[in-house]
Amino acid sequence: MTKSLAMPLGAAPDGDRTQQGVLVLILLGAMLVVACVISLGVGPTGVGLRDLWIYATGNGDSLSTQERVILEAVRLPRTALGLLVGAGLAVSGAMMQGLFRNPLADPGIVGVTSGAGLAAVAAIVLGNTVLAPVSMLLGNQFLPLMAFFGGLFNTLMLYLIATRDGRTSTTTLVLSGIAIGALSAAIMGLMIVMADDRQLRDITFWSLGSLGGATFGRVFSILPFTAAVLVIIPFVARGLDALVLGDAAAFHMGIPVQRLKRIIIVAVAAACGSTVAVAGSIGFVGIVVPHLLRLTMGPSHRFLLPGSAIGGGALLLIADSVARTVAAPAELPIGVITALFGAPVFLFLLLGKNGLHMRDMP
Amino acid sequence: MISAEHITVARSGRKLLDNVAIDLRPGRFTVVIGPNGAGKSTLMKVLSGEMKPDTGFVSYYGTGIDLCQPADLAKRRAVLPQATQLAFPFTALEIVRMGAVAQGTLNPTEQARQALSRVGLRGFESRPYPSLSGGEQQRVQFARALAQVPQPVADGVPRALFLDEPTASLDLGHQISVLEIARDFASAGGIVLAILHDLNLAAEFADQLVVLNHGRVVAEGPCQETVNDGIIASVYGIAGAVGRLPAAAIPYVLPQSRHR
Repeated sequence: MTKSLAMPLGAAPDGDRTQQGVLVLILLGAMLVVACVISLGVGPTGVGLRDLWIYATGNGDSLSTQERVILEAVRLPRTALGLLVGAGLAVSGAMMQGLFRNPLADPGIVGVTSGAGLAAVAAIVLGNTVLAPVSMLLGNQFLPLMAFFGGLFNTLMLYLIATRDGRTSTTTLVLSGIAIGALSAAIMGLMIVMADDRQLRDITFWSLGSLGGATFGRVFSILPFTAAVLVIIPFVARGLDALVLGDAAAFHMGIPVQRLKRIIIVAVAAACGSTVAVAGSIGFVGIVVPHLLRLTMGPSHRFLLPGSAIGGGALLLIADSVARTVAAPAELPIGVITALFGAPVFLFLLLGKNGLHMRDMP
Repeated sequence: MISAEHITVARSGRKLLDNVAIDLRPGRFTVVIGPNGAGKSTLMKVLSGEMKPDTGFVSYYGTGIDLCQPADLAKRRAVLPQATQLAFPFTALEIVRMGAVAQGTLNPTEQARQALSRVGLRGFESRPYPSLSGGEQQRVQFARALAQVPQPVADGVPRALFLDEPTASLDLGHQISVLEIARDFASAGGIVLAILHDLNLAAEFADQLVVLNHGRVVAEGPCQETVNDGIIASVYGIAGAVGRLPAAAIPYVLPQSRHR
């Protein structure tokens, strides 16, 4: 274990990984720019990188109306949505892992996403009947807010069940997450029985996860949630670092532990619930991105959280570009791509080959 | 001065602390001894603000601990916990730096390096904490506490070090050196409170010994008054174990002498 643990530290013989963190953030930023360009300039239609260049250099008039519409009304909102969804998923994963002190805590695996999905399905199926007054009240934000509360409810349940004296064992976490997820899926099944054909089509969308059908409407409905989560990063990073040493030690170092935990739970639910509402359940981004970043920059949340935001956005844009092009003109669900890439990483993590010691905390 | 009065803590019907009072004075090394389950760690938790007593009052220089923000408390006292495990591979330097950041110092990295070399861990900066031995982890945690209160007295206010079994997983040499650092901290005007199980170390280093048993203070004072056959027999159930070194008049405890 010692050997593999030492691996990511090679660049910092003095034990200070600040410069390493800054460097990785810069590289991630460059990656994000490339990912944005690919996402905007690649697709099943004839509009390519050259057209994007023409458009970006201010010569958009020389493009046909159709080409401009594809860039402005199809690709641009889809890229923006991918950025926000990827950032939200990866940051909520990293925050949740810090909260549970466990590198396996991922909103998708431990049932937070299912809670958000269940609430989204409930919103679709019951939106015209039982929940009609709520739907009227919340308008466009009905679905994201419902998903947020669904995610919040499951996060709270999970925290109450899996945490004893401020410590979370991997076994309890994963098992209770599976149980909570299964319960959510069962209730979702009940909802699906009640659904009509049109609602069924909407529901199928949530179960697969996709950035297809991205509109600026969706971008603006997720934006406040993702923005809120990104804004709190500087205020929670030090607290999450201290929390790694335990609740008591964090308190001794001046962290208001209970308040921090409440903020994190709400933030995870917000980021996760709003992404589920606009893009369905896209798995493994929240576990793969923070994990890869810990290997390259160390576990400090000062860099891990912003890195996850940037890296999550970039990864999702690339995954979405792949999803759109490999089987063109058909489109693969993006959840399939992230799972193909992410599930092996998760298994790898479980095996403990990366020095993140998996043994249960006492 | 940090003081606690009338502290009572009950959990599931059992009194962990029963009407305990303690004063921690600047310049004094206070050691709490007592058998397992006597309430030593509970007392430290109450004094550090981590646990709220059922009744009683803790004050830092006259201010009730309830009125202090966690961040203010962190500048006034640091706590060395018992063994800590980490799920993420922070380096030794990064762990210690967290203490320095809690102090609010301008150069936490430099502060952390100094604290590490004070506990004899220069060269361990880049070692991942989970790969260190138990004793080394304990000393990294001690360095973190030192980095949090680098000066025994700052802005005219004494700072406090709370050490919960600081010698638990250390070899003899490091047991002594850790306690010497703590004694220097006290001599320079700081407050030190330590929980110790080794009565000989307690007798050597303590200016003030507090003997806890069943949640009550059964004896209090300099070691000459508190470490004697009567108290050791009543608290630990070992008779005739206390001897005295003629030169320093420091009592020593020799459990083997119960066979005499």
